[in-house]
Amino acid sequence: MSDTPDNAPKHCPGTASEQAGKAASCQGCPNQKLCASGAGKNPDPAIGEIGEKLSSVKHKILVLSGKGGVGKSTFSAQLARALASDVTKEVHQSGNGWSPVYVEDNLAIMSIGFLLSSPDDAVIWRGPKKNGEFKRMYDFCVASSRLSNTEPQCTFFPLLLLGMIKQFLRDVDWGELDYLIVDTPPGTSDEHLSIVQYLSSTHVDGAVIITTPQEVSMQDVRKEIRFCQKVKLPIIGVVENMSSFVCPKCKNTSQIFPPTSGGAEKMCADLNLTLLGKLPLDPRIAQSCDEGRPFLREVPDSPAAEVYHTIVQSIRTYCSNRQTEPSTT
Amino acid sequence: MQAGAEDNYGNLALVKHVVLVLSGKGGVGKSTITTELALAFKHAGKKVGILDVDLCGPSIPRMLCVGRPDVHQCDSGWVPVYTDAQKSLALMSIGFLMEDPDEAVIWRGPKKTAMIAQLVSDVAWGELDVLLVDTPPGTSDEHLAVLENLRKHRVDGAVLVTTPQAVSTGDVRREITFCKKTGVRILGIVENMSGFVCPHCTECTNIFSKGGGEELAKLTGSVFLGSVPLDPLLSASVEEGRDFAESFPNSATFSSISSISQVLLKSLEND
Repeated sequence: MSDTPDNAPKHCPGTASEQAGKAASCQGCPNQKLCASGAGKNPDPAIGEIGEKLSSVKHKILVLSGKGGVGKSTFSAQLARALASDVTKEVHQSGNGWSPVYVEDNLAIMSIGFLLSSPDDAVIWRGPKKNGEFKRMYDFCVASSRLSNTEPQCTFFPLLLLGMIKQFLRDVDWGELDYLIVDTPPGTSDEHLSIVQYLSSTHVDGAVIITTPQEVSMQDVRKEIRFCQKVKLPIIGVVENMSSFVCPKCKNTSQIFPPTSGGAEKMCADLNLTLLGKLPLDPRIAQSCDEGRPFLREVPDSPAAEVYHTIVQSIRTYCSNRQTEPSTT
Repeated sequence: MQAGAEDNYGNLALVKHVVLVLSGKGGVGKSTITTELALAFKHAGKKVGILDVDLCGPSIPRMLCVGRPDVHQCDSGWVPVYTDAQKSLALMSIGFLMEDPDEAVIWRGPKKTAMIAQLVSDVAWGELDVLLVDTPPGTSDEHLAVLENLRKHRVDGAVLVTTPQAVSTGDVRREITFCKKTGVRILGIVENMSGFVCPHCTECTNIFSKGGGEELAKLTGSVFLGSVPLDPLLSASVEEGRDFAESFPNSATFSSISSISQVLLKSLEND
């Protein structure tokens, strides 16, 4: 998967290709000289910097799905809260880099959402702008001020800020973490390629793939699984979300998203993957997420809560059996 | 893209109306709503086309049960795939151009942009009353590429799909900003997955919260086109590529979809 610059001609071989700068299609390209000199093949120095920065993070888990709206973010949030609820873990802080936003003593978040001054701001960026070089423009007091409901000090100018993903990985001071959960958008595109590329000099435990039962979802998820295999990202397992719904009145079960091709169970059997669990629909989950409240803590008797705990335990076990980053303490 | 500019106008010259189906949020039912609107327009006697530009997750071919046919070329470009012998519903999707259906399209922005330029300019749609453009979630390369390539042709506007809950409407607000920034008229908002009526006891549960679509419409000064309930029969129909309107014409769900399609058609034809 080679890099094609924004201003490259139609059949650009990619800056990392052997043909970079030398192919017929390179004639007239403004990058031709640079590519021919071999500059494009040099790995981005940020990759090494990120490796160093994240060496204090013991476990890194990506939450992926080819399909949108299956519950990646919901799952990431519950997973993070469940892992943070293990009160034996200590909180560490350091003075270098951007401070993530702490929603609990031992649960920190970094998101582009903190950098947008208005809930109406759209991030309309082409691929390279999401991943390229990026200048730090403002103090992370912006994030803290949003939490305390004061007006942010700066306005966000998307066109001036580049390389958000690289910045999030390299310049956020996570300190010593037991788990870093990376929530991703749907699909297999710039963001996914970049995350994998930038994490290539660190140890990534693996990916949790989220799907819903229906084939329309799974046909996209299979592509995501292929992507993971292509980039050699281990798959911890698959979670089938929105698996069924129990009516709060009559207690009968309905399959709102029917598993017409056997659901995640069959897909996992076919592809030799672990099915981590099947999460039922519970309207209290959507409610908690909308209100930013901890679902697992507030509705511990939900059938979804029980499945969550089983899934989280499986992920914990998987991670503890894998090699971790060398400890810095 | 410059090379396609003249053809772009040519291939879309006989398309009366172009409607984008957008959402900032994934999984709200853009493809489902696109499919159902297309079928509703078709049943109202219109000639309809669907352009599926979701390169990473093209869902429309499955929803219309067209399988993976070969795509043929003619003098003006690609011949769209017709779902029926009367050629009342035409379709083009990258899903048709991939040899392996499980193969991921792992492309960076410029390659996606180039593909979309071709999908917009090089399909010989012929005469259409409405071309619906199904998009991936977000506000990215695909959306910019579609708008740039439709520049020469009139885009009537966009239908925005949301589910009721705040995490969804929060993203759709950003999509509305995208529309305003790019000069795309907002034809209206559809709230999907609006409550679930238990088939056993008819109790309605708001699984994905309630009222967000209407609130969003009010907040942003947009038209609220209507809401579509969570219906396992609709989910099953799109899964199996069956025409929901033909299978369940008396259902409350079909009634909602039909009403939305009529409001939309009126809005397009009055312009």
